[in-house]
Amino acid sequence: MVDHTHQDIDAATGTPTTGHEWDGIKELNTPLPRWWLWLFYACIVWAFGYWIFYPAIPLPGGHTPGILGWTSRGAVNADVQDLVRQRAEFVSKIEKASLQEISADPKLAEFARAYGRSAFGNNCAPCHGSGGQGAVGYPNLAGDRWLWGGSLDQIAATITHGARSGDPEGHDPTGAAGMPAWSKMGLSSQQIEEVAAYVASLVNPTNADVSAGQKIFAENCAACHGENAKGNAEMGAPDLTSKSKWLYGSDKATIVETVANGRAGQMPAWGAKLDPATIKSLAIFVHSLGGGK
Amino acid sequence: MAQADSFTTAPPEGGKSITLGEVTMIVVSLFGAIGALYIAANAYTAPYAFHMVLFALAGFGGVIATLKRYKNRPAVIPQEINGKPNYNYGPIKFTSIAAVFWGIAGFLVGLIIATELAFPDLSMGLSWLNFGRLRPLHTSAVIFAFGGNVLLATSFYAVQRTCRARLAGEIAPWFVVLGYNLFIVIAGTGYLMGITQGKEYAEPEWYSDLWLTIIWVAYLLVFLVTLWKRKEPHIYVANWFTLAFIITIAMLHLGNNASVPVSIFSPKSYIVWSGVQDAMFQWWYGHNAVGFYLTAAFLAIMYYFVPKRAERPVYSYRLSIIHFWALIFMYIWAGPHHLHYTALPDWTQTLGMTFSIMLWMPSWGGMINGLMTLSGAWDKLRTDPVLRMLVVSIAFYGMSTFEGPLMSIKVVNSLSHYTDWTIGHVHSGALGWVGFVSFGALYCLIPWVYNKRLYSLKLVNWHFWIATIGIVLYISAMWVSGILQGLMWRAYTANGFLEYSFIETVEAMFPFYVIRAVGGGLFLVGALIMAFNFYKTIRSPELAAASEAALAPAE
Repeated sequence: MVDHTHQDIDAATGTPTTGHEWDGIKELNTPLPRWWLWLFYACIVWAFGYWIFYPAIPLPGGHTPGILGWTSRGAVNADVQDLVRQRAEFVSKIEKASLQEISADPKLAEFARAYGRSAFGNNCAPCHGSGGQGAVGYPNLAGDRWLWGGSLDQIAATITHGARSGDPEGHDPTGAAGMPAWSKMGLSSQQIEEVAAYVASLVNPTNADVSAGQKIFAENCAACHGENAKGNAEMGAPDLTSKSKWLYGSDKATIVETVANGRAGQMPAWGAKLDPATIKSLAIFVHSLGGGK
Repeated sequence: MAQADSFTTAPPEGGKSITLGEVTMIVVSLFGAIGALYIAANAYTAPYAFHMVLFALAGFGGVIATLKRYKNRPAVIPQEINGKPNYNYGPIKFTSIAAVFWGIAGFLVGLIIATELAFPDLSMGLSWLNFGRLRPLHTSAVIFAFGGNVLLATSFYAVQRTCRARLAGEIAPWFVVLGYNLFIVIAGTGYLMGITQGKEYAEPEWYSDLWLTIIWVAYLLVFLVTLWKRKEPHIYVANWFTLAFIITIAMLHLGNNASVPVSIFSPKSYIVWSGVQDAMFQWWYGHNAVGFYLTAAFLAIMYYFVPKRAERPVYSYRLSIIHFWALIFMYIWAGPHHLHYTALPDWTQTLGMTFSIMLWMPSWGGMINGLMTLSGAWDKLRTDPVLRMLVVSIAFYGMSTFEGPLMSIKVVNSLSHYTDWTIGHVHSGALGWVGFVSFGALYCLIPWVYNKRLYSLKLVNWHFWIATIGIVLYISAMWVSGILQGLMWRAYTANGFLEYSFIETVEAMFPFYVIRAVGGGLFLVGALIMAFNFYKTIRSPELAAASEAALAPAE
């Protein structure tokens, strides 16, 4: 055991030990480092000060509000109000102007495009891509193919009411007028192959005989897509002669799948979520991506 | 005099007799196994049935192992041999090897998910390779499987040596270490099969939580009774930290996992807390898992292994008292800083932040005591890579415990929160502090308990440098990426609109995610070098009867 009558001094530091030893480990009796102690006190003093200035102590029926009267809700509201004030002049103009008036006024149009770009990034980009380039099943907004029309008013209407969204003013609200599954509508696999070969030949001309498919097309598909397959924006029927990228793909295998099983892409109605100025700005922005009509 | 286990039911003169511990183990395991089979037969889901079968197999295994042990053990296991404590190293050997195994598994899963973040298609559409399932597998594997086994090994070693007493009980320590690893297997396979209660760092469902509770109480009892049996007049500081860790983790675990199962036949349960109270409980738990698991418990490692390895006295006994109590008192309040600018009331956020600031010096007390213990022995850093690893871990500890209070300040947090900065902060603590202090301790512990010489210090040096470069790559990539992310999120144009969409900020992270994965890969390589070093160490011949040689019975 350690002899308690004599102080045990550590040779390397000259500091006495506490006199205990555990498995060969001793402890020096070094006093607390002063800088450590003062910093510790300073942190405690700072904390008590903070409690005076900010909401801190819970009490029955509430908590101490702090003499600055600061609240996190108040702080975020102030930030939002700052932004609203910064945008107010242009936003009120956008609210009053028609889409055509906005695009005719260069300064207002520039603001609307900036507004639309920001709103697009946070609402539309997940499906349509950050540059509006689309993805399989999600239309490219930067090209000249428009399912539901590419004029400013048509774009604004599509954003507001959506497609197959359940909004009665939207396109095909119940989904009844989507591309049907022709394998369940009387076309045999043979016939689907033939009509797909014809549709594929509209984009990639071929020397093969596609007249059988052309006949099936005229009997079944032309009602929506038109005799010349140029499509119909009223019905969301795409132009099948366009050489730009197709929504689901223009190779024959994909066309067979589309004809056999049908397609009915959806777009939500944003009118309930976004205010009119935001929707107008989005329409201006989307229209400016390259394919506006 | 060699004294029989106090739980022995018959006097030792009567030849070999079965102990109360052995009887309890056999009866409880048997009934537990039958019960688990009954639940498995009626389980609502296949993964739950699988888990119950695992429990049943473990129960039958427990019965067989206990019977075999009874047959092979001497009639009396002496507490002392020739006046020296007969230390029990078996459970320590098991947990140190388990720690190395789980560590490598956890680092590997971390590397996979880091790579998935840079290249999302890597999961190949397989549900069990999905980031959402692998992420808790990674965090639980490194914290609970690797860290937990390191803590069991080091705490069972240090408590015996600093109390000069054999570990309490013969069956109980084995029940703790094997039962804990069964919990790890249940939790980990559950994540892969989609079983989770969706609470960060507390993902295991109710039945795993109950099992862990049983294990934890047994751990507490083994630890307390060993302290009770001590031959030293005072309790060493490392044991204060371990005891604080065991008790607080028990409290946190019970509070945050208070849930009601849908049925005993279903893995699903619902938590009793709701809304912001649930969030508060979650981060009270989550932050104190950092405070008491990853800080206090690993400080216990530091307080034993650093003075042992440096062969120097601890720098300041007074500092150890003050910083221990300050740390224990302050840490428990700091959780709300995880919920700044949320629905949590403002006053709670204030307290979380101010207590985090006050926590700075209590945390640094540990750093000072660790680093200054080397005064008079700094030259050893040049020659001993193990000591270097321990010292660098303390430096990372100091850095993380400065960064933590800094990030808890609301203004800083408004930039850092939800960004990769948080991930960088966590990993400077996890890789630098917890990882390195654990590696350093294992490099000491494994040769000690196996009575072998460490195979190669040169390989330790390689491990040290490769892993250090890995950590530096990891955390600097995350700092840059996190701050960039935070600045991009809050950037406004002159017109008052957000400059970047969210997806643009994700794209900007790509190069940093690649660098992070490279850093994590280097850390894994270091751990593989360590595993090889241990393999060669354990295969080497035993040292000639050293004065401190282990006198444990076989096993």
